[in-house]
Amino acid sequence: MVLHHSPSLWRAARSRLWADRVGRYSLLVVIFYLALMGLVLGGALARNWNEPQALNYAPPRWFESDANRVVPPPQSLSVTDISVPLYGWRDPLEPNWSHWAQEVRLHPRQAPILATTRLLGADKWGRDVLDKVLQGTATSVWVGLIAAAVATLIGTLLGAVAGYLGRWTDDLLNGLYGILTAIPYLLLVFAVAAVFQKKGLVPLILILGLTGWTGVYRLIRAEYLKHREREYVLAAGALGASHIRRMGIHILPNVSHVILVQFSQNLVGFIKSEVILSFLGFGVPVSAVSWGSMLNEAQNELILGKWWQLVVTTLAMAIFVTALSLLTDALRDALDPRLSA
Amino acid sequence: MNLGWFMMRRLFQALLTLLGVVTLVFILFNWVGGDPATVLAGKMASAEDIANVRHQLGLDRPWWEQYGLFLGQVVRGDYGTSWATHEQVSTIFLTRLGPSLTLLLPLLMLQTLCSIGIALLVAVWRGSWLDQGIRVASTVAMSISLLVYIIVGQYWLAYVWGWFPVKGWSDSTWVNLTQYAVLPILLGLMVSIAPSVRLYRSFLLEEIDQDFVRTARAKGLSEFRILWVHVLRNAAIPIVTDVLMGLPGLLTGAFLLERFFSIPGIGREIIMAVERSDFPLIKATTVYVALATLMANLLGDLLYRWLDPRVRLE
Repeated sequence: MVLHHSPSLWRAARSRLWADRVGRYSLLVVIFYLALMGLVLGGALARNWNEPQALNYAPPRWFESDANRVVPPPQSLSVTDISVPLYGWRDPLEPNWSHWAQEVRLHPRQAPILATTRLLGADKWGRDVLDKVLQGTATSVWVGLIAAAVATLIGTLLGAVAGYLGRWTDDLLNGLYGILTAIPYLLLVFAVAAVFQKKGLVPLILILGLTGWTGVYRLIRAEYLKHREREYVLAAGALGASHIRRMGIHILPNVSHVILVQFSQNLVGFIKSEVILSFLGFGVPVSAVSWGSMLNEAQNELILGKWWQLVVTTLAMAIFVTALSLLTDALRDALDPRLSA
Repeated sequence: MNLGWFMMRRLFQALLTLLGVVTLVFILFNWVGGDPATVLAGKMASAEDIANVRHQLGLDRPWWEQYGLFLGQVVRGDYGTSWATHEQVSTIFLTRLGPSLTLLLPLLMLQTLCSIGIALLVAVWRGSWLDQGIRVASTVAMSISLLVYIIVGQYWLAYVWGWFPVKGWSDSTWVNLTQYAVLPILLGLMVSIAPSVRLYRSFLLEEIDQDFVRTARAKGLSEFRILWVHVLRNAAIPIVTDVLMGLPGLLTGAFLLERFFSIPGIGREIIMAVERSDFPLIKATTVYVALATLMANLLGDLLYRWLDPRVRLE
């Protein structure tokens, strides 16, 4: 006798996703970016992004060859030429001069040899644009991921509680939902950003995560509302499963596809919001770099005709966001049980 | 349920939600962010200065009195003066509303018209290369940040080629509409059309396969009439609602355009307020915009029921 084995939702979804050409390629691109992020955060790539590697505004190598560039002589670090006329005044630092000169002699330091071109050019401070964009990608994707995880977690928890328990819990949480959605998203983000005062990755993640859970909440609540009356849940209840067990073990796996799609959609939104916040200076601190802060620098560089940072950042962001949006659509198609019938 | 009763209930709900927004703003600005007095008194303030400011703001009173004060402000529509410029907050709002609307109303109208046009095209020829091409193009267009459009557009179109003024604003609405607002509107369209095309396409596709369309075709009506009268009229219901609901978001949504092109609108004012920690202005904006959103939602609901008698009032 041959038993016909029917694949699980996830297995079926995986094969559908892989069969979809757009879905497959966008998944590969997203995995590539995540791997890059891992390497950068682990310190394997772009570790010295904050140190000058080239002359300021060194152009991309393929755009302008080395031969055309005049290399300025390396700066000398001697302290012999301080005989500036002082108009009768004595330099208050004069007692230190001899000490400093000795220090310099004790610790001879070669001025770093700066390149005249880089593969993707350099920015105002001579930092390598390739290193910066790798670091910026890691920051933006990481902030987006964590914020999306926070938002999805909050949305799922509250949605499950509201949909499953109903009654006054539902009314209360719906009230909260109504309040948060009455304020346009970016205005809410700005208000929270204004209040937080401190810049940093943690406040940034909190701002995005604490304000962005409403979409997940709405969908998960609707799912729980639907599932709590289903026979398998009633049966679990009849067998003595507690409410928590019914919510977590029985219903949750059956709505997990909604959660995954929402997570991916939130990620797209949060990355875009992070870029805007960082661009305006309310996002990442000065010690970090993200796509938003790079675009902010690139804006001023473009006026000077230094276009490389803008182009590189835009490409890096556009490829990732396009792939992620396409992947979200493909995931939704692959996971939608109605299509598989 | 009759309309009057329905209206009453919805108004009451909206009022409750607004009270919630006010409470949220109160909590956010008085507790989450730490002591507002330290912000207002500046970085070099002595303990005495801070105590002084605390007294002026009423922060030394119990929280229920502070809450009452804030509620009073909201009811009277008087949020005091801006911490940064000492202008009346209400004056700031009234003067910034005009420029914002000059930019946003044409943007909204053009966006709606273009989106409906493109959505009709791709819905009629769905699955064709045109549909595929527009889908790919809009996905890519959406993935590029509005920031990039603005930076590149302002540099090339305005600065290098000189087709538009780089930035600025005048006192004459006509000059603003024909000169200063043109480029911001075009750039705004670049990002705002794609999502609405997608949405409207799905609205149209829902109607295009309905039985009444087949009947109309069987009666021998022209494709033109079927599309414009039978399909579009039905799809217009969710579209109108969508446009209406999008209105309040527009007030703040175009802040990037306003900032880059130095348009003295509400969006730019909000960014400056966040930069300067100008709390009264942010508080007032949040409450006003929430009020506008609630009103728009209410109006959208009513319109929906008026346009589509099948929808029951509940």
